[in-house]
Formats: sequence, C-alpha cells, structure tokens
Amino acid sequence: MDMKVAKKKLGLKEKYRLMTRDLGWEPTYRAKDEVFPYVNYEGIKVHDWDKWEDPFRLTMDSYWKYQAEKERKFYAIIDAHAQNNGHLNITDARYLSALKIFLQAISPGEYAAHKGFARVGREFPGVGTQVACQMQAIDEIRHAQTQIHALSNYNKYYDGFHAFADARDRIWYTSVARSFFDDAMSAGPFEFMIAIGFSFEYVLTNLLFVPFMSGAAYNGDMATVTFGFSAQSDEARHMTLGLECIKFMLEQDPDNLPIVQGWLDKWFWRGFRVLGLVSTMMDYMLPKRVMSWREAWEIYGVENGGALFKDLARYGVRPPKGWDDAEKAIDHMSHQFMLGLYQWSFGTSFHSWIPSDEDMDWLSAKYPTTFDKYYRPRWDHIRKLAVAGTPFKNFGLAKLCQTCQLPVVFTEPDDATMSCHRETEYKGEKYHFCSDGCQHIFDNEPEKYVQAWLPMPSLFQELNGDIGAWMNWVGLRDGEDNGDYSGSRDQRNFDQWRGMATSNT
Amino acid sequence: MSTVFIALQANEETRPIIEAIEIDNPLAVVNRQPAMVKIDAPNRLVIRKETIEEQIGREFDLQELHINLITLGGNVTEDDDSLTLSWAE
Amino acid sequence: MQIDLRTVSIQPLRQTFDHLARRFGDKPASRYQEGGYDIQAAENLHYKPTWDPDQELYDAKITKIVMQDWYALKDPRQFYYSTYTLARARQQDATESNFAFVESRGLADMLPPAVRETALKLLVPLRHAAWGANQNNTLICGYGYSTIFTQPCMYHAMDNLGIAQYLSRLGLLLGDTEALDEGKAAWLEDSAWQPLRRYVEDTLVLRDPFEAFVAQNVALDGLLYPLVYARIVDDTLSAQGGSAVAMLTQFMTDWFDETKKWVDAVLKVAAAESDNNRAVLQDWIRAWSTRAASALLPVVEIALGAQADDAVGEQLADFRARIQKTGITL
Repeated sequence: MDMKVAKKKLGLKEKYRLMTRDLGWEPTYRAKDEVFPYVNYEGIKVHDWDKWEDPFRLTMDSYWKYQAEKERKFYAIIDAHAQNNGHLNITDARYLSALKIFLQAISPGEYAAHKGFARVGREFPGVGTQVACQMQAIDEIRHAQTQIHALSNYNKYYDGFHAFADARDRIWYTSVARSFFDDAMSAGPFEFMIAIGFSFEYVLTNLLFVPFMSGAAYNGDMATVTFGFSAQSDEARHMTLGLECIKFMLEQDPDNLPIVQGWLDKWFWRGFRVLGLVSTMMDYMLPKRVMSWREAWEIYGVENGGALFKDLARYGVRPPKGWDDAEKAIDHMSHQFMLGLYQWSFGTSFHSWIPSDEDMDWLSAKYPTTFDKYYRPRWDHIRKLAVAGTPFKNFGLAKLCQTCQLPVVFTEPDDATMSCHRETEYKGEKYHFCSDGCQHIFDNEPEKYVQAWLPMPSLFQELNGDIGAWMNWVGLRDGEDNGDYSGSRDQRNFDQWRGMATSNT
Repeated sequence: MSTVFIALQANEETRPIIEAIEIDNPLAVVNRQPAMVKIDAPNRLVIRKETIEEQIGREFDLQELHINLITLGGNVTEDDDSLTLSWAE
Repeated sequence: MQIDLRTVSIQPLRQTFDHLARRFGDKPASRYQEGGYDIQAAENLHYKPTWDPDQELYDAKITKIVMQDWYALKDPRQFYYSTYTLARARQQDATESNFAFVESRGLADMLPPAVRETALKLLVPLRHAAWGANQNNTLICGYGYSTIFTQPCMYHAMDNLGIAQYLSRLGLLLGDTEALDEGKAAWLEDSAWQPLRRYVEDTLVLRDPFEAFVAQNVALDGLLYPLVYARIVDDTLSAQGGSAVAMLTQFMTDWFDETKKWVDAVLKVAAAESDNNRAVLQDWIRAWSTRAASALLPVVEIALGAQADDAVGEQLADFRARIQKTGITL
C-alpha cells in the first residue's frame, strides 16, 4: 500500500524557522509593552525582528545530543583526573594561583552571564533572538558548574579554593569581575548584549580562554584544559550570537549607531580592565609559558579585533575609544599588576612570588622595551628586601578605581614613569579613577557608578581596619591561603607528594 | 586582507575534518598547538560536508562540528552543505 | 618520565568547599550540591537595575512567597546541567526512533483520517502554548532567587521549547507545513483556542516569578498534560487506531511524570515554610487552576466532544487530590 504523500523537502533555514520563530505570535489580549516592558527604554529602534539572522540553527534535539556527548567526555576525564591524583601532574603548584583567581572571579561571572541571558532570553520580543539567548543561558550555567566540578579536586589538596563563594562577594579583587557583570546585568537588554555577547564574548573571550587553556595544557593540567575547551565549544556559538546582535542593531536603524558605539567604547574598556588579570597569569603565573600577553594580544587583539572592526566599518562603527590606550598599556600591565599583587599578597587568597632570574630573562626578551627599563629594577629591589628578611609588604589602603575597582596602579599611557590618576567631583564627593577610560565611563553615568560597592573603604568603615576580622569575613586563612608561594603549605605539600610519587622513600 | 580562523580540539574526530578543510581551502594555514589546531585563512574559509564525508566514509552532520569546536573568527554563514567564515573584503 | 601517580596515597586537607561544609558538614559533596548551593551572588551587589531601580539585582522580595532559605527548594531529581542533559539526550534518542519508526513504516498515512485530523487540530496549536511555557520558565529562571530553585526552571524552559519543536515535527509529519499554518491560525482566531490563548497571554505579564511558576507549571500544565497526552492521546486516540500518535508524544507523557515530582516538591517545601506562604499558594492555585480548567474545556472538546465536561471535571478532581498531598488544600 503506497499512500505516502511526498513531503516538502525543507532546508535547514526554513525548518529552523518553523521550529523557532514561527512559535511566537503577536499578543492581542495583552499589550506588547506589558509582555516586553524593558525593550524600549534604551532607545534602540527595531523595526523588524524577523530580519534577525539565527546564528547556528540548533534545535533542542540536536542540542541535547551534542551537549550530552561533550558532557560524557568531560566528566570521564575529570573523574580519571581525580582518581589518579592528576593534580600531581602539573608542572608546579605555583601554577594553581591562576586557577584560584579563575574560580573566585571568573566562574561567578559565568553564573552571572547565565542569569543575564535568561533575563534577555525573556525580554527580547523576537523569538529567534530569545532562543539564541536562552541557549546561551543554559550553556553558561554549564560553564559555572563544570569549572567548579573540575576545580573541586584541587580544593581538597590545596589552599585558596575553599572559600570561593565568600570571596566572590567580599574580597577586594573579585569585585573587579563582580562589578563588571553587575554593571552588565543592571543595564538594559540591548546593552547587556553588547557588554557580554559582543565585547566580552567576541572581542575578549579568546584572550581569556585560548591562551589560558593552552597554558593549562603546557602545565599538565588536564582538568582545566578539559573544562576550558569544552566551554569554548559553546563559546563559538556565543560569539556568533554577539556578532549577529550588533549587526542586527546597526542594520535596523541608523539612529542606533551612536548608542551602540557608546556601549562599545564603554564595554571594551571595562572588559580590557577585567582581563588585565589574565596578563599576569600568562606572563608570571605559568611555570611553563605558552606565549606572552603581548603575543596573545597581537593574535587575538590586534589581528582578530582589527579584522572585526574593519568588517564593522561598513556600518559606520569605529574601533572602541580606548583601543590606542590599550595598545600602549600592553607592555606594562602584567608587570604593574604582579607588583601590585605581590605587595598586597597578605590580602589575596592565592600566592604570588618574586620572579626568578630565569623568569626575568624571559620577561625581558618578551618585553624588550619595558621590562629591564622599568620593572626589573623594582623586582631586584623587592628581592633584596626579601633576602634581608624584611619583605616588602603594603598594608596601606589601596586606592581603588570607582569604575573598574582595580587598585590605581597603572601609569600614564605615554609616560611609564608617571602614575596615572584621575578625579571627578560629583555632588560634592571626589571619585578616583585609574584611567581616562574609566573616568569617561563614570562621567557618562555617574548615578550608576556612585552606587559601586568599594571593598577597601568598607573594610575600614565596618571592621575598623581590623585585618584579622576582615580575613575571617572574606574566608581567608592567614598563613595558608595568602602570602608568598615560597615557603607556603602548597609548596611544601606539592614537593613532598611529588617526591613520594617519583621515589621509593 | 583580514584573517578568518577556526580552532578545533586536536583529536581523532577532528583529524579528517582538518584534512577536509585543507583540501577545500588551499590558502589555509594549519597551526598545531598542544591540544588544539588553529586554522587561519585570508578573508574566507569554507567547511564542506561532502569533503568531510569523503574523508570519513560515513554521513556527517555539520552540526557535529560543535562537539570539538574551540573558537572561530569571522562572520558565519551556515546551510545544509557548508559552513563559511568570512570578513567583508 | 611517566609517573605512576595512582600509587601515591595522600590525605586531602579538606573534603569540600567552605559554603558546602557549613550546610552539609565537611564531607565530599555531590556534584548537585557543588553546582547549585550558594553559587548566586548574595551580598554587596554593586548597582540597582536601570530597568527597575526598585529592585535589587538578585531580589527575593519580588515575589509574595517568603523563604528563610531559598536553597531549601531542592529538586528531587537533583538535576544539574550534566545529569539533565544526559537524561534528555536518552529521551531524545527514544523519541527519534519513534519518529523514525512512524515515518519508515508509513504509519502516519495509515492513521484513520478522523484520528489524524483530531491529532492535528488538537496538538499543533499546542506548540504555541508550549512556547508560552518556555517564556514563563525563562522568566522564573532569570528573576527567581537561588540557583537550587531557578536552575530547573531553565531546564524546564528548554524542555518546553523541545516540546514545541516535537509538536511542530508531529505537524509536519502528519500534515506538512500547511498543518502548522492552520494550527497557528486556529491558535490566533478559532474560538476554541481563545480562552487558552488569553490565559497564556495573562501569564506572560506576571512578574512575580513564583506566581508564574504556579500559573504555568502547577495549574496549566498540571491539567493540560494529563488531559491531552494521557487521557486523549494515549487512551482515546489509541483506542481509535491512533497508537502512532501516542508514539510521537511519548516524550511529553514521560516528561510530565518526571517533572511533576519536582513541581510538587517545590510546592511542598514552600507551603510548609509558613501559613502566609500556604495561603498565598492556595489563592494562586485556586484562581489559576479554575481558569485553566475552563480554558482547556473547548480544547478538550475538539477530541472528546460532549464527554469533555466530565473529563475536565475528573481531571480537576485528580489535580486537587495531587495538590492536597503537598499540604495545600483547595
């Protein structure tokens, strides 16, 4: 019996259209403004949501299938890593500082992105846009969880991981990342997309993940390589969403250009400051280095960022305002950060250290115009103090930038001998900034940034400067989590355990 | 000229995909790094379903790429038979 | 040099993270615990939302439900991303084989015409209702408080989307693209669908995440799934020679059985927390389930005709009995 009627052969695009955007409808019992109340106040004009081009047309059945395959691989590897003492395979326990910063500052950012994308996945009136955002929302909780799961085994053997949830809300340096994500989430849905979807995911995420994960591979850390690459495979979808989103906004109405450009300027600089911490990981924290921060910037900043903004020029977009200042900072920032971290290491839930001669030779080869001239002499001085038994510690109050929340440790873009410091007076109060970029961001939205929670002043107001009470409050165990790596419990244990693995005694 | 790129995990599943990319994109440059293979190409790079299928001798759904994809750069155009990365020239 | 690291026996310094040790003691934590408890920012939030400056960025006060600890709303399935995804991938495998079986054997064409017509008229417009459910669960995840409560809502939202897509495929298989067009026209215009569409649109303006949870997951889906998939598809249509349809909706039947355990657990803990919560839940469930029942009546009539009234009445009684077990009397 052949009664089969030939069905229309549907292409990928048409089939996906039926499976997603055809599901929505124009409400008639309720006003559209009631259903989507937040989509207009930012001033972005959208005339036709159907012009949205779907980035990667995954329906849920394929999503479950492919993601399950990734998950099986991931958990098989981290189970084996835990069962076989995989942590002893890393080159040196110094390396773990990078992971500790990651868990305290970046994983909570993944979670914030999860919440943020769930919100915009509901607030945009276009079904195609919503579905793409929802998939990113569920991916981002995956990233937060796989990171916690991968690093959970390190927590059992090493210090500095155990209080990441407390550190996330309380310790001073995590508020750099926290304020970044809070800033994006407190913005409207379109700005959120430019902040996280475009600037962070497209322009900057490669600088974070690719060199970082290669670094993990070079340093024998299978757990991190695995979560990193597994997360990145979702990231390719997210980056494509971010790029689609900016193109969509620019194509919908010429009036959107100045708004979008303003956000690009803001979020490039915000992201550049957050990722500054990555520069110290790459230049200082990897016992076996992959490439310098400068080299990573050449590939993922100059080359890719350049190509991207050249492509977007057809819409009238110019590269972000802080781009040139960023370029000028590249040869300085990792050194300035690491010097800062070292002097405030009493207050960090990770270790820092004075670079060895070999490290410094590598740094001067990678930074021929800056390292020997400005930074080697400072490290030499710090080392002399340490050798003399009077290590350099700064218990003073770090002045934090009101916008990015980093200590004001940078120099003028055109003069590396001059510390860079900006001030704005607003309603009778003085606010401090690390750079022109951060000052401009504040000046554009002072009412937002005056609200910022600054961890250092709070320490002195609420805890009367009692460092011990502060350490308890942030979950930092003095003498274990903090201070110099040299002489730390992590160092002693790692050396002893490795000794047990490599000898018969 | 701008560079487009795609990075894949280095494993048995991606080996034939990388070969297929090299066949379809004579100008592509393959960089092998620990755990990762990054392929750069000037302005445009195309990944064809058919070429991959010839390498592996079975049907291949282009969406299988997601499993081992690490990152990419360029505008993505996707249809049933190919995935293209490009920058406006 | 290859080192055999398995031979090294070393004592861990601690069993788990501090925040989990405070909740559960210093013992190895499950991956559900690690991936859910206290991972949402709780203190020192930096800025007020520009979209609603009266709210906090994470705000437990935007709902009438009050919980001392929002992390008490445990998911009995203990789903985190991985266990969720693996579970759905297995179900998707089964669903895929069911679709393939129906398609390869030409079972769709062998359906009695009346059964096929009923299936299309009843099931295809429901893909829009499933999209409404996706919207509500996405909202609960986005604005609800505590990961333990909100992460299953994201999974639920993706399930709702998956169901809308399975219904679309069912429409394409039994009737091609015209079936989807007709289903959408019915959803927008046919009088039988208007009470339900009005119900869905009224839920889309809710901004109290817990009320959205009740209106969608408790009331509407608590009646719709057993009525449509169990009573109509699995029983009535199958008896009329429509088992092939039941194969295509097996995912929905299994899914409802699984997810209602979670929905009930959430209700039970929230109601047990306080008399205030119980009273709020009682009001919400009473109001929304009464409306849902009457909105579903004309939809059920498409398949059951004059028996629809009884079917909806019986289902409402079952529903009340189910809710009663969570400690909420209707």
